[in-house]
Amino acid sequence: MIQVLFLAQLREQLGVAELQVAADSVVSIATLKHYLVINHPEWERFLSNSKLLVAVNHQYVKTDVAITSGDEIAFFPPVTGG
Amino acid sequence: MSFSISVQTQDFDVGREYTELIKDDTAAGAVVFFVGRVRDLNNARDVTSMSLEHYPGMTEKILQQIMDNAKTRWDLISAHIVHRVGELQLGDQIVFVGVASAHREHAFQAAEFLMDFLKTKAPFWKKESIKTGGLIWVDAKEGDEERAHRW
Repeated sequence: MIQVLFLAQLREQLGVAELQVAADSVVSIATLKHYLVINHPEWERFLSNSKLLVAVNHQYVKTDVAITSGDEIAFFPPVTGG
Repeated sequence: MSFSISVQTQDFDVGREYTELIKDDTAAGAVVFFVGRVRDLNNARDVTSMSLEHYPGMTEKILQQIMDNAKTRWDLISAHIVHRVGELQLGDQIVFVGVASAHREHAFQAAEFLMDFLKTKAPFWKKESIKTGGLIWVDAKEGDEERAHRW
């Protein structure tokens, strides 16, 4: 399974904090996003936001990367700490 | 030599952090620190309080990476990052970044570097409660991104 997290404002927009996706359904960030939008069309406008940040296993990824079972994928808005 | 990172709900004591930064190290001729606090006015909105969320696990790793980068670029004797999460009130301390080095140039630059990357990379998010009612997620500032790009 792939663990998917939505943080901060994105979590509130989607109304979901986390979910699991079967690893045979998706192979990359792009296919994961596609899978999420197919299952939740109302999420598209939030997940297509170009400012959204993506982390795979706690590391930022800027391009589409392969993902596999056991990975933790997080989607979140630009950070505002400090 | 003292390098530490802490993400915590409790407040921090600047005097104590300073003492730890220079502890038993007479080579530390220069100490620079920055404290960020909850401000009463943001984007023309009267703020009454704030809550800070983060991504446990990733936050600590990113802060460690930022600190490791600073250590390769400047001669640092000590560096501490403390960032609070949870509910904060006006005037509360949010973040402490402190650096000790032999000379001020390294200490000033490293402290600014740490803050610039903390602000643009560390996964924290602020949500403000405002006087007129309601909660507003704080928007990231483009200027912060530009500042981080200078390095």
